[in-house]
Amino acid sequence: MIELHDVSIAYGGRDVVRGVSLSVAAGEAFGLVGESGSGKSTILRAIAGLAPPRAGHIRLAGQEMPRRRTRAQRMLAQMVFQDPYGSLHPAQLVDQSLQDPVAIQRLDDGEGRIARALAEVGLGPAQRFRFPHQLSGGQRQRVAIARALILAPPVLLLDEPTSALDVSVQAAILNLLDRLRRERGLTLLLVSHDLAVVAHLCARIAVMTEGEIVETTTAAHLAAGEVTHPYTRALLEANRF
Amino acid sequence: MSEILLEVADLRVTYPGEGGDFAALRGIGFALGRERLGIVGESGSGKSTAGRAIMGLLPPSARVGAEVLRLGETDLRGLDEAGFRRLRGRRIGMVLQDPKYALNPLLRVGEQIAETHRTHLRQGRRAARQAALAMLESVHIRDPARVYRAFPHELSGGMGQRVMIAMMLIAGPEVLIADEPTSALDASVQRQVLAILDEQVRARGMGLLLISHNLHLVRAFCDRVLVMYAGRVVESCRASELAAARHPYTRGLLAALPDLAHRRARLPVLARDPDWLEPVR
Ligand SMILES: Nc1ncnc2c1ncn2[C@@H]1O[C@H](COP(=O)(O)OP(=O)(O)OP(=O)(O)O)[C@@H](O)[C@H]1O
Ligand SMILES: Nc1ncnc2c1ncn2[C@@H]1O[C@H](COP(=O)(O)OP(=O)(O)OP(=O)(O)O)[C@@H](O)[C@H]1O
Ligand SMILES: [Mg+2]
Ligand SMILES: [Mg+2]
Repeated sequence: MIELHDVSIAYGGRDVVRGVSLSVAAGEAFGLVGESGSGKSTILRAIAGLAPPRAGHIRLAGQEMPRRRTRAQRMLAQMVFQDPYGSLHPAQLVDQSLQDPVAIQRLDDGEGRIARALAEVGLGPAQRFRFPHQLSGGQRQRVAIARALILAPPVLLLDEPTSALDVSVQAAILNLLDRLRRERGLTLLLVSHDLAVVAHLCARIAVMTEGEIVETTTAAHLAAGEVTHPYTRALLEANRF
Repeated sequence: MSEILLEVADLRVTYPGEGGDFAALRGIGFALGRERLGIVGESGSGKSTAGRAIMGLLPPSARVGAEVLRLGETDLRGLDEAGFRRLRGRRIGMVLQDPKYALNPLLRVGEQIAETHRTHLRQGRRAARQAALAMLESVHIRDPARVYRAFPHELSGGMGQRVMIAMMLIAGPEVLIADEPTSALDASVQRQVLAILDEQVRARGMGLLLISHNLHLVRAFCDRVLVMYAGRVVESCRASELAAARHPYTRGLLAALPDLAHRRARLPVLARDPDWLEPVR
């Protein structure tokens, strides 16, 4: 469903992602972990069409993604940004941010979909008629997730989606994502610094440092500490408190 | 606990709204010494609101009341914006929850850090620049000279957090409120950044109020923990005893943690009890 072949991405002449290849099957959940600043968000933005690669190929649903994507191609993947402000328009009420996807996709039962999506992320009518800055950090993050859920794309790109949530709300959202993957065959690409969160949702996990994937492993191997690259080992070690 | 740096009693904050007022803080209290005090709790329970109230950073429409709100000898109740501006940076700092959006989008981040140094320490441009670069290096930014010249939107999430921490520590505040300061950092860098905060507490006697959803981090790093739920503190304990916490909300949180060593198909989710909304005795 998602294929990256030898992708490099540069900012101001500096490669921040170097020769990254990965492939994620339809209905699979794939995790991306690694050093802060190693290029994880940049890879997600490239898949979403927001950071054109300098070199390499990106395929979604078997189609090569051109520099300018068609409407249908843009509908293939939705991204939940690391900074929830990035997903939401600051001068728009939450309600409007949730109405837009309904209108864009000409979905029926907009009211029902919005109410369900809000309930699924643990928000209610009280938060619906506020501006993003009138919400708590975790509430903003959940609005961004609710918006992505309403769009119901085949591929969901999640950048630290639960980093501002208390662990109970986090548990509810992880359960929800896992259910959608099983029931609707949603394909997930998840970035998180929390190895336990990644291993909970994803069977396969890639580890990045300095713009490169240094190891691709499985949740089971990670849990057993059977990793090969020194960086992965250091990360695993630092994760133990 | 040693000398009290920050004291809060019966702090209440209400946000007015079209559909009615919302009581975000319903009377919280604590005293912070030269220590690491953690705050954990529900998303939306009022943690950031508490930090902003102490900093004088709430929107003007918010109604604030407190029996005690004191930074050292300074009464913060009724302090005007000019008064708060004199305190911020020098005596008290706050690492905001969405740091990249708290920084000025039009200024290079290094210059913003240097500016804080210049305003409070008045040692000139060169010294401020040197100090800012050194600070970026100490928060483990790989290429301090490049990041100094970067604009906020050119930073990764974790770099934004480290820039904000650098900016808040540069003037050596007495008290630092850090709102989810390491949530975008990988575990290795997170440890290094925590070590810097720790050094400020040990070497300079800074008081640290650390707001975090990361229960492992709070348990391992803090001295004491407050647990918040719906605008109140429902439990307070020594951090090392968090695992033995008694309030059902805290117990529920601990149960909902995913664990790398014991993976489960589904994670348990809290069933909220209306009783938790009542004041604890
Ligand atoms: N718009 C931009 N202009 C210039 N450089 C950028 C831009 N966006 C990102 N970068 C740089 O690209 C590198 C990778 O950033 P990215 O946001 O992908 O990291 P990340 O792995 O997501 O890190 P984190 O875990 O801290 O969020 C960083 O060095 C960052 O400074
Ligand atoms: N400007 C505002 N107007 C109205 N309500 C607000 C405003 N700012 C915050 N709130 C509400 O006040 C409550 C407390 O918000 P606060 O940001 O303090 O929560 P928090 O404990 O920091 O949560 P999180 O862990 O999600 O960051 C939330 O329910 C939020 O929706
Ligand atoms: Mg990132
Ligand atoms: Mg908050």
